Amino acid sequence: MNRFLDLIAGLYALVAYGFIYLPIVVLVLFSFQASRFPLPPFTGPSLRWYGEVLGDSKFTGAMVNSVVVGVVSSAVAVLLGFLAAYGCARMRDRLGGAIRALLIAPLSVSYLIIGMGLVVLFNWAGVPKSLLAVGIGHVVINLPLCFAILYSQMSDNIIRLEQAARDLGAREWQVLSLVVAPVLWPALLASFVLSLTLSWDEFLIAFLLTRFETTLPVEIWTLLRSGLNPKANAIGAVVFGVSILMVVLAELAIFGKGTKKS
Amino acid sequence: MTGSKINWHMVLLVGPAVLFTALFFLVPLIAMAVASFTGGGGLSLDNYRHFLTQPSYIRALVNSLEVTLVVTGISVVVAYPLAWVLAERVPERWQRVALMLTILPFWTSYVVRSYSWLLLLAERGVVNRALLASGLLDQPLQLANTRTATVIGFVHFFIMLLTLTIYANFRQLSPSYRKAAADLGASGLQTFLHVVLPLTLPGIMVGAFLAFVLAIGDYVTPQLLGGSNELLMPQLIIQQIGRRADLPLAAALSLILMIVISIAYLACARWLKLERT
Repeated sequence: MNRFLDLIAGLYALVAYGFIYLPIVVLVLFSFQASRFPLPPFTGPSLRWYGEVLGDSKFTGAMVNSVVVGVVSSAVAVLLGFLAAYGCARMRDRLGGAIRALLIAPLSVSYLIIGMGLVVLFNWAGVPKSLLAVGIGHVVINLPLCFAILYSQMSDNIIRLEQAARDLGAREWQVLSLVVAPVLWPALLASFVLSLTLSWDEFLIAFLLTRFETTLPVEIWTLLRSGLNPKANAIGAVVFGVSILMVVLAELAIFGKGTKKS
Repeated sequence: MTGSKINWHMVLLVGPAVLFTALFFLVPLIAMAVASFTGGGGLSLDNYRHFLTQPSYIRALVNSLEVTLVVTGISVVVAYPLAWVLAERVPERWQRVALMLTILPFWTSYVVRSYSWLLLLAERGVVNRALLASGLLDQPLQLANTRTATVIGFVHFFIMLLTLTIYANFRQLSPSYRKAAADLGASGLQTFLHVVLPLTLPGIMVGAFLAFVLAIGDYVTPQLLGGSNELLMPQLIIQQIGRRADLPLAAALSLILMIVISIAYLACARWLKLERT
């Protein structure tokens, strides 16, 4: 019976993983296509499309924009989230609850609606469509996540530690930068990396809030308008590679540290 | 330390985040709501009247709800067994690797992930080629630019998400529950229906709710895979600000979508609470 169940389980997992990985395998395979359409039969392998993409300043520029928007907006989100989590952890009254609810609220609203709201606001206020506008949008979506992660880490231990530091004469900013931040380092890094990957991949808000100079997902979107194109496969494979690199680095930084300690 | 000093600190700490969220989240929502009631130079209900009297707009909302519910349903049914396999059939030391393998495709660009389905579903794409070559078909199937393609693209994404939330739930399940059920004479099926399934319901509901919210607000997958033969709400909204530059109507449609999502949230929350008592 158990053998039989294992067999069924194995088969099911095989089919499910096949489904999950099929499009990615096809995407990467046809990024090495030699001819003009990423459709069977496979004519490669060739690095032609990688060359075209990496030699095109439109894509490399958009990639740089994406990194800049991602790094800056994530840093702002982590900083604001960290300060707020630290403050909120010491507010045990109703006001604290209300502030927590407000800061988490954007999590339950679609990116489309957050983006539309900013379009209307910026339209009225005369703020032009720009990378700055996208950066603001990305802080809006990442701040609640950073806050939630960091708030969950503000244990009583940290409050006690902070009291000890203050008793020893540390000032508020010293407590924050020399005591609380180092202790919460893994959580800070985790929220930064999570924000960065979400911002790096975010399309809709960037699509709504930029015009000429834009981020990579929007540039890819523009490329896709003209139909199937092996260039899109090549960019997709590059983006996949970059994302996996980030995840592996974060894994090493966060969990590698954790295992050393235990 | 005096009370006023604590408050001053609190303002400095919490203030920036609160101010930012108020200014760039609350104010935009209010601005959007106000904009949705403007038209013809003053306040009006025109945008909402437009929505209610235009059958194609109502159709878009119905399409959105249909697609989202079908997608959420299929995703739960496919992801549940996979989460079970991961949590209970894969040896402990391999689970971390298996889990990584499940979420690895998350890291492909979202836009590119939808596009990669186009490579498979296009008229001369991989699926049609394979079916034609195997002799199962003699005419290529129209797969791209259909609702089926949208559903496949969504399900692909949400299987990964739901597998995670349900897996986490399975891991919290103590084996003693099942032992107790078996000791009391329950069969495997009875144990599953009356013990395991109700206890993993929170994981299903969290994942299903996330899938619902993400799917109903998504523009990329329906636009890329479903095309514009049949419009979903997000496509209709983007169309208003793109081609027609009608911001007030787009705002009204966004607000309607937001209300639908809120209703789903309330329904889900109440249901979950009921299950827990």
